[in-house]
Amino acid sequence: MSHPAQPVTRTTARADVIIVGGGIMGAATAFFARQQGLSVILLERDLVGQYASGTNFGNVRRQGRFLPQLPLANRSRTIWGDLPKLIGENVEFLPSGHVRVAFKPEDSARLEKYAQDCKPYGLDLELYSGRKAVERFPMLDPDVDCASFSPLDGHANPRLAAPAFGRAARRAGATVLEGTEVSNITRSAEDFVVETTKGQRFTAPLLQISSGAWGQKMAAAFGEDLPLTPKAPQMGVTEPVPYRIHPVIGYASWVEEEGVYLRQVERGNIVFGGGLRGTVDLAAKRAYLNPLNTVRQMPHLQRILPDFARLRVIRTWTGIEGYTDDDLPVMGPSARVPGLYYAFGFCGHGFQLGPGVGATMADLLATGKTEIPLAPFSIARFLKPPAL
Amino acid sequence: MDKPVVIVVGAGPAGTRAAQTLVHAGLRPVVLDENRQQGGQIYRRQPENFVRPAKKLYGAAARSATALHTAFAELLPHIDYRPETLAWGVVDQQLLTEHAQRVEAITYDALIIATGATDRIMPCPGWTLPGVFTLGGAQIALKAQACAIGSAPVFMGTGPLLYLVAWQYLKAGVKPCAVLDTSSLKTRIKGLRGLRHRPAILAQGVRYMADLMRSGVPLHAGIQPVRIEEHEDDDGLRVRGVTWRNSRGQLRHTVGDAVGMGYGLRSETQLADLLKCDFAFDATSRQWLPVTDVDGATSQQGIYMAGDGAGIRGADGAEYAGALAALRCLADMGHNVPAQNMTRLRKALEPMNAFRHGLETGFPWPWRNAASLPDETVVCRCENVTAGDIRRAAGALDAPEVNRAKAFVRVGMGRCQGRMCGLAGAEILAAARQMPIEQAGRIRSAAPIKPLPAKIRGIMI
Repeated sequence: MSHPAQPVTRTTARADVIIVGGGIMGAATAFFARQQGLSVILLERDLVGQYASGTNFGNVRRQGRFLPQLPLANRSRTIWGDLPKLIGENVEFLPSGHVRVAFKPEDSARLEKYAQDCKPYGLDLELYSGRKAVERFPMLDPDVDCASFSPLDGHANPRLAAPAFGRAARRAGATVLEGTEVSNITRSAEDFVVETTKGQRFTAPLLQISSGAWGQKMAAAFGEDLPLTPKAPQMGVTEPVPYRIHPVIGYASWVEEEGVYLRQVERGNIVFGGGLRGTVDLAAKRAYLNPLNTVRQMPHLQRILPDFARLRVIRTWTGIEGYTDDDLPVMGPSARVPGLYYAFGFCGHGFQLGPGVGATMADLLATGKTEIPLAPFSIARFLKPPAL
Repeated sequence: MDKPVVIVVGAGPAGTRAAQTLVHAGLRPVVLDENRQQGGQIYRRQPENFVRPAKKLYGAAARSATALHTAFAELLPHIDYRPETLAWGVVDQQLLTEHAQRVEAITYDALIIATGATDRIMPCPGWTLPGVFTLGGAQIALKAQACAIGSAPVFMGTGPLLYLVAWQYLKAGVKPCAVLDTSSLKTRIKGLRGLRHRPAILAQGVRYMADLMRSGVPLHAGIQPVRIEEHEDDDGLRVRGVTWRNSRGQLRHTVGDAVGMGYGLRSETQLADLLKCDFAFDATSRQWLPVTDVDGATSQQGIYMAGDGAGIRGADGAEYAGALAALRCLADMGHNVPAQNMTRLRKALEPMNAFRHGLETGFPWPWRNAASLPDETVVCRCENVTAGDIRRAAGALDAPEVNRAKAFVRVGMGRCQGRMCGLAGAEILAAARQMPIEQAGRIRSAAPIKPLPAKIRGIMI
């Protein structure tokens, strides 16, 4: 199926696959689809990686994930380690470990159960109880009841990752068009026809929707509507201090407001996020951070890292993330339209998955199948069974 | 019905006159002041136990300074004055403040933003050395602490503050080694068309220059900074002098142990941005400014700008603008404001607008220097981002505007949030991409406007 793409003119082009949406999912798919020999057109309304992909916390975390998602997360983790070889830069990926800390016995029990349950998936966690947790991680609060450590997880710079994939895809021969907003998608006998607000017209037999929080509208146009709520994460960063905290630290609490996390970057700043989320204006493409939620994050961040109290917050930001009702993404083939694929709605936990999603979607686009189990993420779960 | 809550942010000339106008109308405004004492930057006060007379502190502006301080003292019983208080964020109809690690959310009916301005910085190699200060910083050292930035300071930049600060140092007994001005005599003559609208201020500036010259301080026009030279001794790195090119392109060197540097002023506009006010590009000053009408009303209902925060018109202009914005605010809230009071203030501001244009024309921001800065020059000092990094963002990384460049190479991402480096960074980006400066955009503001202690308490909502 690998016929060369026709040259892109100002108004029209044809390729094997059109990817709508240049977040980390779309950009990574474009890169890996080129590796598989497909010709690719990636259409990004604004700039590659500008929304959720560029504004998230930067967690490269597997522990705590929905267990059936671990094969995908494991594949992604392998790619994270190979990024310099694959795309020519490491996007500040630090495999410095990820630790989840619990203060309440019921939360500790969950960490212990998860550490057992994830073993068959090849994820080995180290558990530290009470005093041992603080001996292992002296920066933590002495009251920590349990710490679950995932030594091979870590963090990376979200502002760099998706654009780096976009540039690598372009170098590999993909057509990456920024500032190109899709206005209409139709399906002719053999091709998808994608029109843009600038009057361009692109055609391809395969189409991937990876437009994040805006994915719902595009899926609905193909008769596959689903509830997708846009939310704005509460991110922030402190002034730089000497680099001492190597693992990402997350507060393992099932109380939404307590669920904060932090990481220190090598240049010294501590990036933090979590807790309550802000509101989004999808039409205006603007998310609004509630600064009072930043204030509400402070005691919980100090709960896990007492020295946080000695710092100053220098900046906050937010982005636009799409959340499904079951907190799982939409990923895989359409249930109704042949040649149509989805990868959106990653519910605030897509960054780690990005490279793996790209590789897995490229499998699907090139061969129609993949070894990564995707059934739990099928859009079919949202579709009403046809009336009898 | 309760009286409406009007918050005045800032207690310099604009904020003080705004508060006074509101008090006269029977309101009790909240006045937020980042400083310990009222006065703003220009009429900043010395610490309580310092006793230098006003004449010595404020020079020709002593009378205005004293009048403003007195007016404020009379207001105190009638306002809710909150010194050392930072307005750092906005949510819904609430302004978030921080004082002594305590956060408060104040619900307001109207806001008058009088947050003033800071020095506009054009980096040059060596500008981050110890011993280099902004002109404003050099002035604060003198006014608030009776300290000089060095025993042999060089003043470099452009604009009226350059000569005022050099003159103040001279009067304080610290003779400047030189005043190096990037503006040429030719542009200053062009600027006269606007400057002549305020003959008294113009004469004052000429007097500062004459006093400096008479005392043997060399004044150079049309210079191009090359670098601030360093040397290392037991105390570490220090300033050794300034290398520059004269108007004929010849290399020159001035020995000195400190540098005061500034290229006009830039408005503090972050609050207006958080309040979602419309901004427009001002071609005269090459800055993005909140859109206001002549009274200072912004695009957002109940939000007003006054003073240098809305465009640089200086201290007297700020006093008029503060009073006018407050009258407009009162009128918008349904108070009976005599039309002639507003007309009088609008008229008083007219020559100041012309004067401001004259200043920007006569002492222009030397934006062309940005293009010629060596790659290794630090531009964003918080994040140690160089001109070369910004050019890489513009080129290899294909950042079309400043927020994208910030995402890629951290320019404007640090503690000051681009307040110092933002304008120069945009010029470098625009030059590298050969596009008009307005296409480079402006760095989006975010809470907290200034660093906020993590150990904060007490949300009142």
